[in-house]
Amino acid sequence: MLRRLFVIFGLVVLLAGGAVRDSYADDATLTLKRLATDNYADIELGIAAVAASGLPSAEAVLNALADSRLSYRSADKALFFKDASGSWIDAATNTMPAEQPSGLKPVKVNNRVRRALEAALGSMTLMAADPQKRIAAAEAVFKSRDVNTLAALESVIAKEQDPVVKRHFEEARAAVLLLKVDAPESDRVAAAERLGERGDQDSLALLGAVSEANASANTVVAAKLAAKGISRRLALLSTVQNAWYGLSLGSVLLLAAIGLAITFGVMGIINMAHGEMVMLGAYTTFVVQEIIRTKAPGLFDWSLPIAIPLAFCVSALVGLLIERTIIRYLYGRPLETLLATWGVSLMLQQAVRSAFGANNREVGAPSYMSGVWDLNGFQITYGRLWIILFGLAVFVALLGVMKGTSLGLKMRAVIQNRRMAAAMGIRTPLVDALTFALGSGVAGIAGVALSQIDNVSPNLGQSYIIDSFLVVVFGGVGNLWGTLLGALSLGLANKFLEPIAGAVLGKIILLAVIILFIQRRPRGLFALKGRAVEQ
Amino acid sequence: MITFFIRHFDRTAIGFVTTLLLIAVVVPLLNLVVPESSAFHIPTYLVSLWGKYLAYALLALALDLVWGYCGILSLGHGAFFALGGYAMGMYLMRQIGARGVYADPVLPDFMVFLNWKELPITWYFFDHIGYTLLMIVLVPSVVAFVFGWFAFRSRVTGVYLSIITQSLTYALLLAFFRNDMGFGGNNGLTDFKDIIGFPVQAASTRATLFALTSLFLALGFLLARAMVVSRFGQILASIRDAESRTRFLGYRVEHYKVLVFVVSAAMAGIAGALYVPQVGIINPSEFSPSNSIEAVIWVAVGGRGTLVGAAIGAVLVNFAKTWLTGSFPELWLYGLGALFILVTLFLPKGIVGSLAVVVQRMKGGSAA
Repeated sequence: MLRRLFVIFGLVVLLAGGAVRDSYADDATLTLKRLATDNYADIELGIAAVAASGLPSAEAVLNALADSRLSYRSADKALFFKDASGSWIDAATNTMPAEQPSGLKPVKVNNRVRRALEAALGSMTLMAADPQKRIAAAEAVFKSRDVNTLAALESVIAKEQDPVVKRHFEEARAAVLLLKVDAPESDRVAAAERLGERGDQDSLALLGAVSEANASANTVVAAKLAAKGISRRLALLSTVQNAWYGLSLGSVLLLAAIGLAITFGVMGIINMAHGEMVMLGAYTTFVVQEIIRTKAPGLFDWSLPIAIPLAFCVSALVGLLIERTIIRYLYGRPLETLLATWGVSLMLQQAVRSAFGANNREVGAPSYMSGVWDLNGFQITYGRLWIILFGLAVFVALLGVMKGTSLGLKMRAVIQNRRMAAAMGIRTPLVDALTFALGSGVAGIAGVALSQIDNVSPNLGQSYIIDSFLVVVFGGVGNLWGTLLGALSLGLANKFLEPIAGAVLGKIILLAVIILFIQRRPRGLFALKGRAVEQ
Repeated sequence: MITFFIRHFDRTAIGFVTTLLLIAVVVPLLNLVVPESSAFHIPTYLVSLWGKYLAYALLALALDLVWGYCGILSLGHGAFFALGGYAMGMYLMRQIGARGVYADPVLPDFMVFLNWKELPITWYFFDHIGYTLLMIVLVPSVVAFVFGWFAFRSRVTGVYLSIITQSLTYALLLAFFRNDMGFGGNNGLTDFKDIIGFPVQAASTRATLFALTSLFLALGFLLARAMVVSRFGQILASIRDAESRTRFLGYRVEHYKVLVFVVSAAMAGIAGALYVPQVGIINPSEFSPSNSIEAVIWVAVGGRGTLVGAAIGAVLVNFAKTWLTGSFPELWLYGLGALFILVTLFLPKGIVGSLAVVVQRMKGGSAA
């Protein structure tokens, strides 16, 4: 008995369900038929009806209308639209009819219809299946602040499961409500708070538009409060962002200058060709990438790890060659060394220009170097992140060489007192040669990193050489920590001056400050103390 | 005074000054009086080209005064040269008057273009030649004085000094590139028309400018020579060779250094002012550090601490540059680079210095 009852009940439910489905289908055809007319006002109303119908084919139909691909059969007002392949699709069933329809008339569109279409499509995407699309739609509403979307927003907010998407919907609603004069006060105050939580430049602009003229006192107070919070947050954010850029510039300077610091510290000479060692490293990266591109494209992500040791070797060898053939004859004459290495730098530039051409060369970024990591408005590009880490790694490695190896020990001894070191049996010419090779090699490694953020051209080195000198001179000679501090403080100062004074003026101010600083402390931040320092 | 010069002038110096005075007369004559068909005629473009070389020679002379005799290797002397050049350029711009493209009677074209309504204070009085001549000397001198005062008092020496002089010219380069500095920005100053009422392009004006450059080079040489052979010059040399010792002997080293630096900067400024009307343009690239370093190699090639050598080096290197960049453009940088290396390695005394050694040996005297 009970069983029979269940069966009957089940049948009833099934039947009812079928009936419901049928009436739904009827509704749909009716709704669609409202578009099958020549009257623009009717079409406009029809669009809203279709958008609200929740039909599976609704979006396709409206898109077809927007592209003038929608037609109706004069006989029974059935709608059809052309798909990408050019065959007709029945709009009511969203399937291809058995035979292609004939006697079709296109549904016409004018500007008012087009506007209605855009609004309808906008609110339709609020219901899209893809959450990214829903967020994009919410952001579009946030920007347009179209009051007509409010109803659609309310309904999707109620249904939305994804908390992130829901937040975007609510922010969009807040943007609409905040400046809606006839909205209830409590809603507008809540909207101001909501926008305060969102806390970006757009929200700030919206909150700024609230005034006594268009809102009650409570709303204005809430908006001001929220705007204040946003301003504070944005100021903090820009400080953090500047610090990050400064850190990034600082690490670039560190990479460019640290090799110079070693050669300058140990040998007391200025290597004007240092920038060209950096350039050689960058061109090595270019060559490695070219070979990988043609021979083994799959290895492309490995191009930088492969280029690093090669760049070190290339630059170190060239450095060794320069030291053995030119610089060793000029010890004790630092100013002459400066001129000779300048000559070397001119020749290297011209050699690279002859070999690779004067134009910029394209060095690609591996997948892990591209992309942005968004931390609540604070953007970290992976490229910069890697370069900062790389700069620090090179610094630590060099520190290890200086403190932990026999060569480092000898180098430090020569920095402190060359003649005494020689008297102790250290072969200073050998130390000099190896130091120069090491410093040049590190410059080559820097070139690999710089190839990722700068144009690889024969002039690459020139643009870093003056900054590198300033870092070394500012930080003090023969002290890696000084170089680190010098590079980071110059980088930070540069980036914090830029928004205040502009890029060029900021740089000029910085140069002036350093010129003054050197005159206060002629031997840099970390000056070596002792008798050996004074010539 | 005259006896002073005669007593201290060797044959090289007398020969140098005589040559300069001679070409100051002969070259304009060959250009203007001798007909073009004659084999002895010198075309106007060559007169301007050699005028440019002589202006460079004056810059080299100024550099040799500080580097050769006082050991200050300035990698920023091009800045003083360019400052003098800009002062002259501003005068020439004001002389254009209403003949510019925008025909504004007061504002130069680039200011009209930037929509400026009135002349910036920096440009006041530059329509008077007297004021301009004063500024040509004064601006580089003041910059050199302020810079030198700070640098030498805090005993910045050697490569450190070289680096900050380089930063000085680099900072000025960046500054002059800016449009709102009011010096023509990237394009600099050009399209000159008149100088003291004479058309800049005319052959006679160019010949006169050449003669003036030659005369000023001779005057600059006399002044520098007078400085280095005097007691003052001996102290400069002792500062160069042993700065601490000179200080311990009671000399105010920084005063001497500042003075010689300022004189040198003024000479460089005059060189720049003579250079601009002859080449017809001044732009921020004159401030670029590589220009200043190139000037150092002129001195090194000719012979550091010889004065005559510096001038000869400037002319020789620039002659080679014109020839090489014309016929083999890609070879020029190799050539210049090799010059830097070879001169420092094998010819530390430069051409004139080495010749002097040879001459001494042939006379049987000891090579001093």
